[in-house]
Amino acid sequence: MKYPDSFKVSTPSDCEIQVTRVFNAPRALVFEAFTKPELVRQWLLGPPGWTMPVCEIDLKVGGSYRYKWRNEADGKEMGMGGVFREIVSPRLLVATEKFDESWYPGEGLDTTVFAAQGDSTIMTITVLYESKQARDTARRSGMERGMAASYDRAEDVLLSATAK
Amino acid sequence: MLDISNSLYYCLVMELNGYEDKDPRALDATFAALADPTRRAILARLAAGEASVTELAAPFSMTQPAISKHLKVLASAGLIVRDRDAQRRPSRLDARPLAAATEWLLEYREFWRSSFQQLDALLDAMKTKKKKGKKQKHKKRERSHK
Repeated sequence: MKYPDSFKVSTPSDCEIQVTRVFNAPRALVFEAFTKPELVRQWLLGPPGWTMPVCEIDLKVGGSYRYKWRNEADGKEMGMGGVFREIVSPRLLVATEKFDESWYPGEGLDTTVFAAQGDSTIMTITVLYESKQARDTARRSGMERGMAASYDRAEDVLLSATAK
Repeated sequence: MLDISNSLYYCLVMELNGYEDKDPRALDATFAALADPTRRAILARLAAGEASVTELAAPFSMTQPAISKHLKVLASAGLIVRDRDAQRRPSRLDARPLAAATEWLLEYREFWRSSFQQLDALLDAMKTKKKKGKKQKHKKRERSHK
């Protein structure tokens, strides 16, 4: 683990959810890893057992992206996609997001900021929903469907949460 | 919103991970009840043990009717149980709805945590490749000079 303590998930406001992480790599590389489909599909996989059969990214303002994950064990699938609103390489990405299975109104707006800190990169993703309810149900519907609760791993989460 | 007593919530989730009820309306009631800081503080207090309205009102400098109002919301969300028989009617925490409500956040966390570990490995590989690429370019240049 490079920066085990730098990972943080928080809810800065009722309508937002924020994920922060430091990477031991220059900003240009991190930006590349977030925007090139052949790279994204190698890491944006969640817990073990998932693959990413669909990963399409049309990196331009107004261009869309489309992700689909598949659990190789039980064949469960989940998908999401959206449209790029703003791209400032290598420091900013703004895109909409919507899960295929969602039953919440509207869509989320993802703002990803890459800040250089020496040879490292501080990455912050903030997802803004139209309402608090949309935020809570968005994650519920999207995640529940794909990531059938992995409670054995929740133990690690608990440990990292209480270690703070 | 859920940051305030994260470890409390996580502990509850761990204890009650067998909770199956995922009725969206029940979850909405849970989230609505949790949206208020006083109610979250009441829950944090009750996690330490049952308490009467008087005991709950003391640290909040709120009137008992105001506290009672919050308790009503918490009770209808199923987050607390109030003992009807005893005269002081102590409230106690019922953590099951909390477990269901925080599950999505746990899973969201887990999704990113696992993904970022894989990204660490990928970035290392990218860095190595880049270094090698530079060295090779350098060698080529040296060779062309000869």
